[in-house]
Amino acid sequence: MSIFLNKDSKVIVQGITGGEGTKHTALMLKAGTNIVGGVNARRAGETVEHVDADGNDVTLNVYGTVEEAMKETGADVSVMFVPPKFAKDAAMEAIEAEIGLLVVITEGIPVQDTAEFFAASQANVGSDGKPKTRIIGPNCPGIITPDVSLAGITPATITGTGPIGLVSKSGTLTYQMMHELSEIGISTAIGIGGDPVIGTTHIDALEAFEQDPDTKAIIMIGEIGGDAEEKAAEYIKDNVSKPVVGYIAGFTAPEGKTMGHAGAIVSGSSGTAAAKKEALEAAGVQVGQTPTEAADKMREIFKNL
Amino acid sequence: MDLYEYQARDLFEAHGVPVLAGIVAETPEDAKAAAEKLGGVTVVKAQVKVGGRGLAGGVKVAKNADEAYEYAKDILGMDIKGHTVHQVMIAAGADIKEEYYFSMLLDRANRTYLAMASVEGGMDIEQLAEERPDDLARVPVSPTTGLNREVAEQIAKEAKFAEDMQSDIADVLVKLGEVFEKEDATLVEVNPLVLTGEGKLIALDGKVTVDDNADFRQPAHAELVDERTENPLEAKAEAKGLNYVKLDGAVGVIGNGAGLVMSTLDVVAYAGENHGNVKPANFLDIGGGADAQVMADGLDVILGDEQVNSVFVNVFGGITACDQVARGIVQALEILGDAASKQLVVRLDGNKVDEGRAILAEANHPLVTIAATMDEGADKAAELANK
Repeated sequence: MSIFLNKDSKVIVQGITGGEGTKHTALMLKAGTNIVGGVNARRAGETVEHVDADGNDVTLNVYGTVEEAMKETGADVSVMFVPPKFAKDAAMEAIEAEIGLLVVITEGIPVQDTAEFFAASQANVGSDGKPKTRIIGPNCPGIITPDVSLAGITPATITGTGPIGLVSKSGTLTYQMMHELSEIGISTAIGIGGDPVIGTTHIDALEAFEQDPDTKAIIMIGEIGGDAEEKAAEYIKDNVSKPVVGYIAGFTAPEGKTMGHAGAIVSGSSGTAAAKKEALEAAGVQVGQTPTEAADKMREIFKNL
Repeated sequence: MDLYEYQARDLFEAHGVPVLAGIVAETPEDAKAAAEKLGGVTVVKAQVKVGGRGLAGGVKVAKNADEAYEYAKDILGMDIKGHTVHQVMIAAGADIKEEYYFSMLLDRANRTYLAMASVEGGMDIEQLAEERPDDLARVPVSPTTGLNREVAEQIAKEAKFAEDMQSDIADVLVKLGEVFEKEDATLVEVNPLVLTGEGKLIALDGKVTVDDNADFRQPAHAELVDERTENPLEAKAEAKGLNYVKLDGAVGVIGNGAGLVMSTLDVVAYAGENHGNVKPANFLDIGGGADAQVMADGLDVILGDEQVNSVFVNVFGGITACDQVARGIVQALEILGDAASKQLVVRLDGNKVDEGRAILAEANHPLVTIAATMDEGADKAAELANK
């Protein structure tokens, strides 16, 4: 089992013909992802050639719209490799087509654009009261259920499947942590992204991991900026029974400076790593001072499970 | 990017928000000329991107042009909370009857916009929010609609403006909402928004933050960058397309991915506790493509920092392959030649790590030490920086 992405997920790639789209379509196929097609309005009707995980040739159709791609292939997941300039329109198109999961890899999208397409996604609610489209990202590595499916750019070779659920704002820290914990393995690793406005939050992932029978413990990686980690801490206190280990990056970040990720900024006294660590510890989360120490704490937990 | 008050004022004016005349001056002579041009009472205001300048003596009311000259002389060059004053704005005086507050900002937590308004302006808004939260109206603004007339009227009402004023207030708020949207702002704040004796509304002081990610569609924003306040190393890095932030320590840091680099800074600082408290010297994310030129550019910037005594290169190869990174380091050292003068500790892990380490081992560069883990590398780099 896994969260948000499983063996039945049918994936399309928005921007499948571009440089990044081509490269990562190949890597996703190699990781076992069931990619069923792609979208590029200007290249509709063409096909692209790839090779799947078993080494067989795959011919993928390029469709003019997400709606058409979904109709023709039954796709329920889209991974977006579209430059910032065109990202809002591409995301809007996927949301209007009611794709179930939209993974936005693009870095550098103006935050007002993200706020706008996020609002649109929240406005289209299904009969269960939940938005029809879940967004992961932007500015994220996407989601991987190792040995099963990859929707994004996370390297599939770091670790195999296992009982740890991982949620993180950062891409390379996700990889680092998967690497540190590779002998135990990961159920699903989800990179939620480093932008100020993101779709799926730590809390969404925690909620899903809590319900996932194959996830036995959760590791949560945060960083400076905003109050998502503090809110997650509150959520954990009341709602998560599985052990949670935390790690926060950015203790040495100066106030008022953006540290690489658009959302990673300490404003005045808010958004500091220290406040986040404190909040998590108060909620019973073990927080490692370094990624390695966090991984050690997780190993300890598995010794005693 | 945060803007100066005068830049905010200019944007307000461009979008039809009522403001007073204001002229920027960089010398006392220019300040005097500006005050003469405006005539009457003027206000000399330090232009710095930090709050509390009034308390620091950076805002003075001048009765005439000679006084404006004197005040400008005092204020120019002043240090306000670590910010040097390079410019003053000479603003026309106002007959202030009442002071109000308005702001619109990106509400990260709720992933929407938030407008705040109060009939009690002029004071510190965080203090007001804490002491009398009922006097600060907080109205969510949908990114789908923006701050339209309907929302503006609701804000005016909830902020308890007098009924006969609400329509005028709403007019100004709609225009401020336009500034927010059209300029890709994440913050537009007016404190105070004043009512003059003549019954006019005027945005007397403004604070605007614009989204750097929107630079591609906001070409005019490039003009707003003040190179004088930029750190020279940061400016150099930016010119080379590097994501670099200058810090105060002695251990230069290069890594891939913002999260990993932030984490590396922390790990270096912890390791430094055992080595004379040395600290990280910078944040530098070389991203996914760590080729020789990027590595050389990065090292060049870091080695240009006189405080740096050692460099820690921490790369986790995800999509990036470690053999490429290793070749990049070796070639970068060739490109830099004698300019590369500090010890480099390199930790590689992940994709093609064995090949990468082999390349470094074979090159056997006298400045390069290979570390097996992030913690070990940080410790070694801190030790070298402390020598």
